[in-house]
Amino acid sequence: MTPLLDVRGLTVRFRMPGGREVAAVTDVSFELREGECLALIGESGCGKSVLASALLGLLPGNAVASGRALLGGGLDLTAADERVLARTVRGRRVGLVPQSPSAHLTPVRTVRSHLRETLRELTGRRGGEEAAAARASFPADHLDRYPHQLSGGLAQRAATALALVGDAPLLLADEPTTGLDRELVERTADELRRHVDAGHALLMITHDLAAAERIADRVAVMYAGRIVELADAARFFGSPGPRHPYARGLLDALPERSFTPIPGMPPELDALPPGCAFAARCPSATDACAAVPAFDGTVACHHAPEASRA
Amino acid sequence: MLELRGITAGYDRRAPVVRDVSLTLAAGESVGLLGPSGCGKSTLARVAALLHRPDAGTVVVDGTEARGWRHRAPRAQRTAFGVVFQQPRLSADPRLRLRDLIAEPLRATGAPDGIGELATAVGLSDDLLARRPHQVSDGQLQRACLARALALRPRWLVCDEMTAMLDASTTAALVSVVEDYRRENGAGLLAVGHDPVLLGRWCDRVVRWTDLAPGSGPTGGGQAGRGM
Repeated sequence: MTPLLDVRGLTVRFRMPGGREVAAVTDVSFELREGECLALIGESGCGKSVLASALLGLLPGNAVASGRALLGGGLDLTAADERVLARTVRGRRVGLVPQSPSAHLTPVRTVRSHLRETLRELTGRRGGEEAAAARASFPADHLDRYPHQLSGGLAQRAATALALVGDAPLLLADEPTTGLDRELVERTADELRRHVDAGHALLMITHDLAAAERIADRVAVMYAGRIVELADAARFFGSPGPRHPYARGLLDALPERSFTPIPGMPPELDALPPGCAFAARCPSATDACAAVPAFDGTVACHHAPEASRA
Repeated sequence: MLELRGITAGYDRRAPVVRDVSLTLAAGESVGLLGPSGCGKSTLARVAALLHRPDAGTVVVDGTEARGWRHRAPRAQRTAFGVVFQQPRLSADPRLRLRDLIAEPLRATGAPDGIGELATAVGLSDDLLARRPHQVSDGQLQRACLARALALRPRWLVCDEMTAMLDASTTAALVSVVEDYRRENGAGLLAVGHDPVLLGRWCDRVVRWTDLAPGSGPTGGGQAGRGM
């Protein structure tokens, strides 16, 4: 079966004044299938959100993307022109569940008005706001409220309802749980999972490891613009655990584990060291790390333990 | 000792967010205040840090009752507190380089300049100190905001959802900076949050908002957050 989204060797560079170049995303490859949730995790500034922008064709003008991102086996999202993206892709084939939904909604319009416009544009239908709201469990008696009259959780549902209107097979959620309290994180994550179980593919970009553990089928760990580990979620969060030392450090930093930070900070994306970008912070670094470790489809590390055949 | 006695506070006198809440922190003690979004815990934290005048009740800081709030608080009381907020972007003057951002409390009080040790403690390099907020990540900016809160060597720290926007490793790093500071200086801490695992691991004791304020349920209209 062709994967719904097939990303191969995706690289994004930003050209900055003074000839500086920011290596935001480097040689990223992964596949995503219908009914599957892939969580992309990593520290802020590691290139996660740039990857999302690339998949929506929303990169700024000074960005140069190479590689491909095939949607449904055909359209290359990195090469499609703006007309195609605007008329056939965004909202229709790729739905975005945004970060901070209350800021994403137009403050001077009600939720009903948002839904009415989206329904008209994407489906040509008039009416049907109640049914569209119900798909994301948004209560019908709140449809005439403005964004500032909604709680964080309801604003999240309103934004999700808008993302679902076009019945896009691919959903992209960018930090959907940031700043929400634990109960709300779990409710939001469970609702996203419900849409995955209904057949959508979900790419969830997050630094919230608890949300990722709750709903992801697979986990991709990003560090300094590269995917350094791609693993089955149950094995990653449970046993045998992550294989890349950065991913192990990230899990160990959780308060329910050893609560110790990874020493140092990630490198700046405009001044990446030669070789492995994590070597300076890595407990197991050796001379071998002077060369960039190749990503073998599961891990990119010279010292990763062998994958056990459990 | 930091004593909050019978505090009622909010943004509309007819509908206070916090009703008759009392909480006492012993000198050097760390207390986690746990509650859902919009319950009023951030408002109480702002009252404790003398940043919000309560409608009723008293705050006693190391034996002295607070009489003024915000800029009207006497300097000795105001500078006894270091405060770190949830969103570093909204707590940082975008025009200041991180170096000046951290040194601002020193400049404002005429204290001798010198942020070298602070910057080292929070892990900021010279290169990062020369940048402005838009040139650094949330995690790096929050490190600067924590250094700024420690600049005047406060006896009390108030951390309001300090790590809610941050990844696990940066969270653990900032908590260890706070704990190193407290170990050396004997400062007390009020850490406000909604993650029981984090607060349980971090603080001497954790107080649940529901036990503190049985009468006031979630209001959904707090200044700092909104619940369901």
